[in-house]
Amino acid sequence: MFKILKHAILGPQVKQLVFEAPAVARKRKPGQFVILRINESGERFPLTIADADPKAGTITIIFQEVGKSTFQLGTLKAGDAVLDIVGPLGKPTEIEKFGHVICMGGGVGVAEIYPVAMALREAGNEVTAIIGARSKDLVILEEQMRRASHKLWVTTDDGSYGYHGLVTDPLKEILNDTNKKVDRVFCIGPVPMMRAVAEATRPYGIPTIVSLNPIMVDGTGMCGACRVEVGGETKFACVDGPDFDAHQVNFDLLMKRLTIYKDQEKLSWELWKQQHGKCTKKS
Amino acid sequence: MAKKIIPYAVPMPEQDPKERIHNFNEVPLGYSPEMAIAEANRCLQCKKAPCIAGCPVAIDIPAFINLIAQGDFIAAYRKVMEKNVLPAICGRVCPQEDQCQKMCVMGVKNEPIAIGRLERFVADYAMQVGKTEVPQRLRSTGKRVAVIGSGPSGLTVAGDLAKMGHSVTLFEALHATGGVLVYGIPEFRLPKDILKKETEVLAKLGVEIQTDYVIGITEMVDELLDRYQAIFIGTGAGLPYFMNIPGENLNGVYSANEFLTRNNLMRAYLFPQWDTPIKPSRNVAVIGGGNTAMDAVRIAKRLGAENAYLIYRRSRAEMPARDEEIHHAQEEGIIFHLLENPIRIIGDEKGWVKEIELIRMELGEPDESGRRRPIPIKGSEHTLKVDTVIMAIGQGPNPLLLSTTPGLKLNKRGYIQVDPQTGATSKKGVFAGGDIVTGSATVILAMGAGRTAAKAMHEFLK
Ligand SMILES: Cc1cc2nc3c(=O)[nH]c(=O)nc-3n(C[C@H](O)[C@H](O)[C@H](O)COP(=O)(O)OP(=O)(O)OC[C@H]3O[C@@H](n4cnc5c(N)ncnc54)[C@H](O)[C@@H]3O)c2cc1C
Ligand code: FES
Repeated sequence: MFKILKHAILGPQVKQLVFEAPAVARKRKPGQFVILRINESGERFPLTIADADPKAGTITIIFQEVGKSTFQLGTLKAGDAVLDIVGPLGKPTEIEKFGHVICMGGGVGVAEIYPVAMALREAGNEVTAIIGARSKDLVILEEQMRRASHKLWVTTDDGSYGYHGLVTDPLKEILNDTNKKVDRVFCIGPVPMMRAVAEATRPYGIPTIVSLNPIMVDGTGMCGACRVEVGGETKFACVDGPDFDAHQVNFDLLMKRLTIYKDQEKLSWELWKQQHGKCTKKS
Repeated sequence: MAKKIIPYAVPMPEQDPKERIHNFNEVPLGYSPEMAIAEANRCLQCKKAPCIAGCPVAIDIPAFINLIAQGDFIAAYRKVMEKNVLPAICGRVCPQEDQCQKMCVMGVKNEPIAIGRLERFVADYAMQVGKTEVPQRLRSTGKRVAVIGSGPSGLTVAGDLAKMGHSVTLFEALHATGGVLVYGIPEFRLPKDILKKETEVLAKLGVEIQTDYVIGITEMVDELLDRYQAIFIGTGAGLPYFMNIPGENLNGVYSANEFLTRNNLMRAYLFPQWDTPIKPSRNVAVIGGGNTAMDAVRIAKRLGAENAYLIYRRSRAEMPARDEEIHHAQEEGIIFHLLENPIRIIGDEKGWVKEIELIRMELGEPDESGRRRPIPIKGSEHTLKVDTVIMAIGQGPNPLLLSTTPGLKLNKRGYIQVDPQTGATSKKGVFAGGDIVTGSATVILAMGAGRTAAKAMHEFLK
């Protein structure tokens, strides 16, 4: 059992939980994730570790409620527990002094880019951060990101806050600015966003790292559910990644594979809503 | 007085194939006491007892069968337990036809004694009447041992060393113990309740069980060596192989490990009561000829496939699966495509499997494995309409632990190199056994390796 110590709401359908998980906290590095199972009949699903405190023996998870398991997780309160947490899984993000780096996060991906940006800043990089959301109320971790970066751009699709546009718009501005050299780009977010960022940096040949989020089961290389194609080769994202060279990733395949259980996920979610009488409007 | 020969074994009652393809309940139903006594009475009680030599853990087979014949089932159970602490499991999944029953004198001219069925009978009987026993634990030695992996090899080592008085911690990557027994072998062949009951003994012996703990990730072997005086590695051969043919990443292509794990460990067949889904499919092709393939194809049938195909590149004779399972699969209407091999998987525009292209094979000269090498027949390509493809072509060693353990010597095939007499690895105080040493083998061989290592570890700890 892994106890929840803190529960916070960061935005509409975005929640933060702090778990007691000393063994995971001791080893965790930025970019790694855990696989979690809520109860006996629950599924195993991956969530990135947003933060960890090895001394306190805790890890922080930030997630968006998108389906049955994440909504169910969101209903848990401090004092509750989940049955299983295993990790820290996946290869840590490669952190070095690269020079000027851009860290980009979209939606709940901001929670995942945050520890990476922090580590890059601590490693002596100049960090420009670009975080995006559909609208103002969906912007999360703005303060944290400001501290993790030297310059922060916040974009909203509807212009209700910050820069009106997509995260790729400020990115392109920076890339076009001949006074500004960019040594590496890190991006975590929805697949279309990661693909757009890859396409934006490709002509400039700037190394670009994305963190992939395929369907997983065990998270230890035992099942191959998490297969992705990188540079024409099949990789298991849970052990070979989740970070990969964005210019080599077959995003099309990733998108398709993410839809495998779409119908079942919907059914599961509908049933849960019925049973729990939870009314959730689409935001 | 010479014994009257009864040529045929007492048949085991089974669920009707027509019914069982709609459920996940166990297929063979087990002997009744009368059946067990009748079968036990067929045994010739040979003085030399070649069957014992055929058993990897050397159960005193004639002795336990004799006790059954006398109607003392609990004594028979105890006799088996002297050598095998997981008899309800082994009685169900051991390939007896290649082991004890192969050596049975009766089997030369007639059907061999159904030793596996009798072993299962005594174990089930003891469970039913609540007479299973927790073996005696010797006085604590104060020595600490870590066992990595909770498959049959790890379970055996943990049980044996705990009995000898050592303090044992069992580390398991998954959320449940049992290894292949829990994630690979389906409910209809090995009910999870049986597994649970047989492994509960460990907890009663004081073994500390730490699930959700991946050695090589959550903690390293070298770190464990600071806390434990000896370590056993029994991590199995859990890395799934794919064929590297076009179309293998299409939606609807699974490794057998994924398909089996979803169904057995995660109970996808109970979706949506249980959360883990599996995509319903009408036409399923399973590639391979081993137990894994047989389990996968029989699950696919139970999940409602109209056509469940088993595609194997050699012939029936070379199939590594147990005879009983092949037979059960045939009874259940599995369609065998023997001497055929996939060359490509074809998808639709949305990225889903639509067809599989196969090529016919013929058998040539024997290869290193001693089996005749399959050779493709040019121009025999043809396609089969399928919506799911499951690759059950074998597994290898998972590198997570191996690549993070400096000084651990591997063999040419990437498995851990050990001294076969002791299970000792190249690293002091570290022992290994089971599939991570031999490659995919059997439950009983993994248990045997565990037993050998436990003895050597006990010596080492003195
Ligand atoms: C589908 C299927 C059907 C089979 N049917 C039969 C049969 O009918 N009869 C038979 O005799 N044999 C059968 N076999 C083979 C048999 O199951 C195996 O040979 C046997 O289970 C091997 O035991 P093991 O202890 O070596 O490892 P496993 O049973 O593979 O267990 C290894 C355990 O270690 C864990 N682990 C791995 N890495 C780590 C790590 N780094 N840290 C912590 N834990 C880790 C794994 O999660 C797993 O639980 C079958 C195999 C399969 C796959
Ligand atoms: S999730 Fe199973 S191999 Fe990656």
